Amino acid sequence: MKQKISSVTILLLMLFPTISFAQDFLSGGKVTGNVQLDAQFYSEDDKLGITDSTLNYKKFGMNGFANFIYTNGNFTAGARFEGYLNPMLGFDPRYEGVGVPYWFAKYKVGSLEMTAGHFYEQFGSGLILRGWEEWTLGYDNNFYGFNARFSPYKGIMLKGLVGVQRYFWEPYENSNRGIVRGFDGDFYFNDMIDGMSESKTKLTLGGSFVSKYEKIQNSPTYTVDSNYYTINDFGDTINWVNQKTYQLNLPHNVGSWAARANIAHGGINFYVEYAEKGNDPNATNDYIYKKGQAIYSTLSYSRKGLGLFLSTKWIDNMSYKSKLTESGNPAMLDINYLPAISKEHPYSLATMYPYATKPNGEFGLQGQIVYTIPKKSKLGGKYGTSITVNYSLAKSIEKDTITSSITGDMTGTDGYTTSFFSIGDLMYYQDINVMIEKKFSKKVKAKVAYYNQTYNKNVIEDDIFDDHHMVYSNIGVLDLTYKFDRRNSLRMELQGLWTKEDKGDWAAFLLEYNVSPKWFFSIQDEFNYGNPDNDMQIHYYNLSFGYNQGSNRFALRYGRQREGLLCVGGVCRYVPASTGLTLTITSSF
Amino acid sequence: MKKILFLTLAMLAFGAVYSQSETKALFKLPSVDIKDLNGDPFNTENISNDGNPIIMTFWATWCKPCMKEHDAINDVYEEWVEETGVKMYAVSIDNARSSKQVLPTVNGRSWEFEVLLDPNSDLKRAMNVNVPPHTFIINGNGDVVWQHVGYLEGDELEYIEIVEKVINGESLDH
Repeated sequence: MKQKISSVTILLLMLFPTISFAQDFLSGGKVTGNVQLDAQFYSEDDKLGITDSTLNYKKFGMNGFANFIYTNGNFTAGARFEGYLNPMLGFDPRYEGVGVPYWFAKYKVGSLEMTAGHFYEQFGSGLILRGWEEWTLGYDNNFYGFNARFSPYKGIMLKGLVGVQRYFWEPYENSNRGIVRGFDGDFYFNDMIDGMSESKTKLTLGGSFVSKYEKIQNSPTYTVDSNYYTINDFGDTINWVNQKTYQLNLPHNVGSWAARANIAHGGINFYVEYAEKGNDPNATNDYIYKKGQAIYSTLSYSRKGLGLFLSTKWIDNMSYKSKLTESGNPAMLDINYLPAISKEHPYSLATMYPYATKPNGEFGLQGQIVYTIPKKSKLGGKYGTSITVNYSLAKSIEKDTITSSITGDMTGTDGYTTSFFSIGDLMYYQDINVMIEKKFSKKVKAKVAYYNQTYNKNVIEDDIFDDHHMVYSNIGVLDLTYKFDRRNSLRMELQGLWTKEDKGDWAAFLLEYNVSPKWFFSIQDEFNYGNPDNDMQIHYYNLSFGYNQGSNRFALRYGRQREGLLCVGGVCRYVPASTGLTLTITSSF
Repeated sequence: MKKILFLTLAMLAFGAVYSQSETKALFKLPSVDIKDLNGDPFNTENISNDGNPIIMTFWATWCKPCMKEHDAINDVYEEWVEETGVKMYAVSIDNARSSKQVLPTVNGRSWEFEVLLDPNSDLKRAMNVNVPPHTFIINGNGDVVWQHVGYLEGDELEYIEIVEKVINGESLDH
């Protein structure tokens, strides 16, 4: 007993400084966070062919996360709890479960910032490395390891990382995926060199190197058939098949590098980044040994009231994942990010045929003009009028055969040859669009938009590289807002999509009543009146209601969701058709 | 032994709870390295307005309500600045796909407020933003005192009311 008391005393004495330290530590700190819950109750729908058995009896889906960040001075720690019970329709069933897929601790001393745990990082525009997450897509390729950012001298920013990437809920063990190492530097010359600080021309150079190590246990084998014939003594032709089995010689390490420059002068800004990737046979490129190449550039000129933008992109064989056998949907274990070059549209029918990057080769171009006709001019009216004209194009690149015996993308070969920045004949995507926005009075605002889109369905959705399923569409949008008083407003959207292909014509209608800053109600209908299949001429109606209370937001929606691709940043997720009730709660604190 | 552990935890918890109720500020504006409109490095510690309130809003070029919010604020921004001394920072979360379009968009639409770039959502994560638009009001000491999710026609009037309350030292309780 006596001994017990003394041990308790010692323990108390030992704990005391810890307690006071901990209190001190916590008293200066702050916990913040945010939460989002999306819950869907699915119902059967004869028109859409949805029954309990097509739903696998999963009548309820819920995706949710809660994010917590603790900050105290230069120290930050955080965690994200996620749950998918069951994953909502359109999310991979492998997400089912609950857990903490993201946590980190970060400390900054002087100009060094160290992160341990999970982190997101981007080098340049991301052509060889970008970790990011997008909740609505179910996309998360976070790195788990160490990340450092260091500025040894003014104008110089260095970054380094080593980590493994998230794969659903599967922990990293026994080399079940690759390890990613990367290093990056940015050099802002106008900050580095005193004589340049006043210069009107600003120059920034940067470069990065990334390497992936993957343990190759059993190199896969593949067989190649070659046909030949012989003629026998009787003059008959005999056909033979010569079947050979080869083993792929897969690299353990796949490196990539990128260099970039940004030059700004007056209203002109020019950015270019070039990237190369070493030989990387993988499931996306059919296991060819060819190296990858990419270039991405943007040029803009702007002054008050006028903005011009031109961007080009050329990529060849640039899928780069931390597991070579990984491919398809959902996109997982991506080390890099290949931005889609088309514009992301805010109106629903204009996003019916969206573009997503083809990593095995594409040429892209985008141009945009934003012009504001000044206020109080004859055309501009009292409040000014703004006009946006945008054009984007994505095409194939030229691919030539190496020899006649190697067909394109043939496993175990160099695949094909291409010359840098060559443009092929096959159209993947084209979008010409114009939007005019005008405020007529304090009460009335209008937006009118027109889109002309060409969508190569075979290429974009099925990776079949031909032009046998092109969808040509014209889309018109009218968006009117009427403000009754400072709190009450009514918004109306009318949209039409006209095409002779695919599912035919659509009309959409939306009426939204807002009471600022708390309430909104809306009725929406997308009607596929031109569907060649009479049974599929369906109304996709929706009723929504929302309530904001500071940073809490509740939204309730009942109706039909049409099948389609939901895209954010050029990465898309297929969403199947469904009917039901959706409840969304978001909150920040 | 268990009791001591419990006591320790309770004290820690008390410390945490106590520290939270000490100030009216929601949280301090975090220090995060992002970029300015020209793509040069910018630390959020440099966000300042000579002790006057700041409006900070997260947006993207593809976000319809964000563009509405900015156009509405731009119409009254000059008056706001004259009357209250407020300054607005609009943080774009456009990624590599569209972040280079932000500068010509901002100029082309003649927006007058400050614009920053957060191309890999580092600040967005640090400030617990789910989706844009998400608007914060920061007082003269760099404390976030109010936040609001979404944009409905007319919400900008709520923002400037809050700014006026912050200037007058009034309570922001609803």
